Parts: sequence; C-alpha cells; structure tokens
Amino acid sequence: MEPYKKHESIAALMNRSNVDTDQIIPKQFLKRVERSGFGVHLFHDWRFNDDGSDNAEFELNKPAFKGAKILVAGDNFGCGSSREHAPWAIADYGFNTIISTSYADIFYNNCFKNGILAIKVDKEQLDKLMAEIAANEGVRFVVDLENQQVTTPGGNGFSFEIDPFRKSNLLSGLDDIGLTLKHVDKITKYEQQHKKDYPWLWA
Amino acid sequence: MQALEYAMKKTMYEKIWDSHLVVDETGQAPLLYVDRHLMHEVTSPQAFEGLRLSGRKVRNPHSILATMDHCVPTKNRDLPIADPIAKKQIETMAENCRENGLNLYDMKNPNNGVIHVVVPEHGFVHPGMVVVCGDSHTATHGAFGALAFGIGTSEVEHVMATQTLPQKKSKTMQVVVNGKLSKYASAKDIALAITGKIGTAGGTGYVIEYTGSAIRELSMEGRMTLCNMAIEAGARAGLVAPDEKTYDYLKGREFAPSAQHWDQALAYWKTLPSDKGALFDATVTLDAADIAPQVSWGTSPEQVVGVDGCVPAPESFTDEIKRQACENALAYMGLTPNTKITDIAIDLVFIGSCTNGRIEDFRIAAEMAKGTQVAQGVTAIAVPGSYHVKQQAEDEGLDKIFIDAGWEWRDPGCSMCLAMNGDELTKGQRSASTSNRNFEGRQGKGGRTHLVSPAMAAAAAAAGHFVDIRNL
Repeated sequence: MEPYKKHESIAALMNRSNVDTDQIIPKQFLKRVERSGFGVHLFHDWRFNDDGSDNAEFELNKPAFKGAKILVAGDNFGCGSSREHAPWAIADYGFNTIISTSYADIFYNNCFKNGILAIKVDKEQLDKLMAEIAANEGVRFVVDLENQQVTTPGGNGFSFEIDPFRKSNLLSGLDDIGLTLKHVDKITKYEQQHKKDYPWLWA
Repeated sequence: MQALEYAMKKTMYEKIWDSHLVVDETGQAPLLYVDRHLMHEVTSPQAFEGLRLSGRKVRNPHSILATMDHCVPTKNRDLPIADPIAKKQIETMAENCRENGLNLYDMKNPNNGVIHVVVPEHGFVHPGMVVVCGDSHTATHGAFGALAFGIGTSEVEHVMATQTLPQKKSKTMQVVVNGKLSKYASAKDIALAITGKIGTAGGTGYVIEYTGSAIRELSMEGRMTLCNMAIEAGARAGLVAPDEKTYDYLKGREFAPSAQHWDQALAYWKTLPSDKGALFDATVTLDAADIAPQVSWGTSPEQVVGVDGCVPAPESFTDEIKRQACENALAYMGLTPNTKITDIAIDLVFIGSCTNGRIEDFRIAAEMAKGTQVAQGVTAIAVPGSYHVKQQAEDEGLDKIFIDAGWEWRDPGCSMCLAMNGDELTKGQRSASTSNRNFEGRQGKGGRTHLVSPAMAAAAAAAGHFVDIRNL
C-alpha cells in the first residue's frame, strides 16, 4: 500500500445520498480474479450511456472534475455489499480521499485497507464544502492527514477525527497482517485455551 | 450501586466479544478470534493471491467452508460456463481450495448452494461463535446466536493468515418485536418493516439483537431471513438468542457437536442470551400485528410500504434528502405517486437467494402457487438455495406444483439476487423478488426490483400484479 501523503487536489462533487456498492462497481465487473483494473468500470451504469459513450449528465464526467483525488459525497456512502471491488475501483480511478457525513461499516473498513482516507464531517460542514465546489467547479482542496486538516480556498477548512491506528497505517502504508502476526504467540495461546474450553469446535 | 449492577450485566454481543478477544492493548485495534470463515468465488481470489505473494499459509483450514454460488448457472449446469471470466473465477476457486486443503462444495457437489443456505444445513455455525465471510449477508448466521458479519477481501486474507481480525467494538441496539403477525406476514416483512422504520443507515455502528415474542415464534429459517437483512438496516450484524429451536435444529447435523460433546456445548450455549436488565445503546420497538406484507417501491430497502398502501409522493417527505431520494427512485422505477401498490404490474417473479431460498420459503410459495397459472407475459423462476433444499422440495412434490403453475424450477445459486450469472432483468422490466436489495441495476441494468416475501411473490406471479394476500 502506498503511504498517504499530504496533497492538493481537485475535489469532485457527488451530491447524492446512499450511494451503494452496486453503483460504485456494478456486479457484472466482479468476476475478475485480480485486484487491479476496476477503475474503468467505476460507476459504470451512471457513467456511460447504453452505447458505451460517456454520459455527459453524470457529475464525474464533468471536465472540471478530471483528475480529482478527492470525492465529496452525500450521507451513508458505500452502503450495501461487502465487495472490496468498490474501494479498489475508487482507488484505481484515482481517488484517495472521500469526504461524507457517514459511510456503511464494511465499506469504511475496506477504504483504509486500500489507502483511501474516508473523512467524516457533520452535515453543516458537508453543505459548505458542497456549496464551495458547486460555485467553483475544479476547486482544489489540501488534505493533510498528519495534522488531520483539510483546507479550501473558500475558507471552509476544517479538522477531522480519525482512529490513530488507521491513521498510522495510512501514513506508513503498513500491512495489517504483518502487525497482527507480531502477536502470533498470543493467538497460539488463545487457541490452546479455546481447544480446552470448546473442544467440540476442534473435534 | 445500581450502576454497578448494570455494568456487570452483559448483552449477548458483549459476551461473545469478550470471549473472543485475543489482544486488547491501547494504541491498537482489539484483535478478535474468528471461529468460522465462509467463502465464495467472488470475494476470495485476490485474498489467496495476497497470501501466495507474501508466502503465508492458511492458519486453520478446518475453520473454512467454501462454496460456489454467485456466478454459477442455474440451468444447463452440465454445459461449460459460457462466460470466460466467470469460468476463470470458478476454476480459480477450485484451485485455491485444492492448494490449501479447504472444504469446497463445488458446482457439481450435492451439498452445493448459496453459502448462507449451505452453512446452516450442515450445522457449521453454532451459538457463541465469531463467523466471517467476504459477503455482507453473513449476518444470516446471527440467527443461531453467533456474531456473524461481512468483511472485505483484505480482511479475508487477514483471517486466513492469522485467524483473527482487528475490530472496533460496536454499539448495541435491541429491536423488540412483540405481538402476533397477521396471516401470511413473515420474517421478511418484519425485516423490511424494520429497515423502513430505522432506514438503511439506522443500524450503522450497531449490532442488532432481535427480541420479543414475535421473534421467539419464528422458525430457524425465519430468524435467518430476519438476521440476513440486518445489513440492509446498516447494522454490522444481527443476533437472535439461541433457544430450544436452535438446539433442535443443530442436533445431528454434520458439523454440530457430537454426542460426546453435546451436553457441554449446550451448557455453554445456555449462558449466551443477554442478561436480564443488560443495557443496550438503543432500543426500537415494533408491534408484529401492525406489520402488513411489505413491498418496496423504490431503490433502497428503506423505501417500503404495506401492500395496502400507495406509492408515496416526494412532497410527503419533510426531510429534503428523503424527498430527493423519493423523486429519483420514482423516476428510475417508472412509478407515479399515489399509485396503489396492488395496481403495480410485474414482468418477472424470483423466489430464492440467501434471504428466502430455504425449504420453508418454497413451501409457502407453493401453497400460493398451487392450482394457479403464472399470469400472461410474466416469467416466474424458483431457485432453491441449495441442492438439499431442491431435493427436499422435490420429495414433497413442490417442484410439480411450481411447474404445473408455469414456473421454471432451477438449480441452486445466487441467481437473480445480484444477477451475476446471466439470470437478469432487461431494461425497464419489473420484478417481484424475494431477494434483499432493490438498488438501481441490482437485477440488471435498468431493471426495477420490488422486494417482497415468498408468499407475496407467488401471489403476484399468478395475478400479474401485487395482491394483498391477507384477503385471499
């Protein structure tokens, strides 16, 4: 995983609530056995017309949002399936930051496993950010994870909360499994006790 | 003093959590032990690849049960899979399981079926376990009083390598359903009514425990349907306390405790239900008698109404986000405000999925289908959740009832629940579906899904539109 660095980037606006994983990456694209290559299918059914051409109405197809790394979206982003193909598609498309009021649990976990910073803000803050982008499409925000700060040219900057464990993993790009395996002795000890207490699970 | 007493009383979730904590140190997410790991072909290949690349091994192969369900055809199984990418995914699954010595019920295995239908059939999940799967509907197994939740593929890899998962402790929500369900209202209707009441984000951050007399009345199949849709209300998991029904269901199944350990297991299971007076972070109450058979009208499982209701008008929502969501949903669904639900005509009926693909579901649907004919222009497909469900239904003669009524009787799989295997709606087609999600495009691009119970789906197949089955 790439370490997450402070960056300035275009913030794209997706003013919709309950964006679900079936929209983020429709099921017909879940058959690949690789982790890569999902970005071209991100939001497929909204993004493309039936003939395969770009749907000009779809917000992410706006030229002003081209190259955006930050996605500002409505409530309960990523609800539905557990498919990690959703954050894979988001990251592969080029986003590394999402700002919303809330996320579905599994999706939220999946983001951090893939180098995506999912920032939670309150409704009032989200409305300000959305208004700033709507008034000035192509506006660039600065995201500073180290200091937990977002700044915007319109003065709608804010600081955000994040779990310290998630923060340090994002900043270092560290592998979760390696961290857990530092506790392998404790896992083994737990298993030995578990076999004594619940022998039917191991029969 | 009273506060201390309360503090000592634990919910079932807290009991399972505490007994599975391997590491709980400050500055690190608590590490939870995983007893059972369920697998299917869609969310596992990249996890196996990761394991291979890092030179790690599956720590506990016997904790894993795998099946193929998402991509498998539900007819002409003996022919090669036409879609080369799906074929590769199926072959990759078989190869990964072979290489790692995992128990796989492949497409041709008589135990094959939808993972969340197969696993209970074999008694693989018991009360008090922690169960994970790269699938949000893992919540199903909460019906047994197990903490069961969906995970992403990175976490699938993590569990394979370490048998643990870093987890954040959830809040607890008690959903109390007392009273008696009306005739033909079912666990599915309770699940939809709850989602309608609290919304798809209402349970975010919570584990739900379903309690109350109406929940006790449900069969194990019904409890599975209910817990299955905990995720549709945003919850991490759903739980039902184990009782005699749970123990009777498990006894004698392949992976249930053997006679040698049964009494010991049973004694443990009986300690699991939430202590009387244990505190929940939130409580929601419903009266079962108020729950009419539900029909979803929109593109989110919270957009539901009783069958005797009407499609709402956007203006009826005071919340601006909900108003906008209603407007978008009606445009996508091709519905006009204030249309009576019973006036909505359908093109296709699907009975099946991990929500409603069990024997009880086909029994009630067959009762409705018996002596009827599928309405002109309507296609109706019955897809058993597993080969065992299929066999059981055939032993009871249910397949004949469906076939005589003009239904298609298929082989098991996820099928039209998420339409990955070629079973799908075409643009503008409208379904009555016993599955769990009515998202845009879920059953095919431009397809319009109405979520209902098996009885409602079967009645709609015969009528060509929704009917209030309470009046039949």
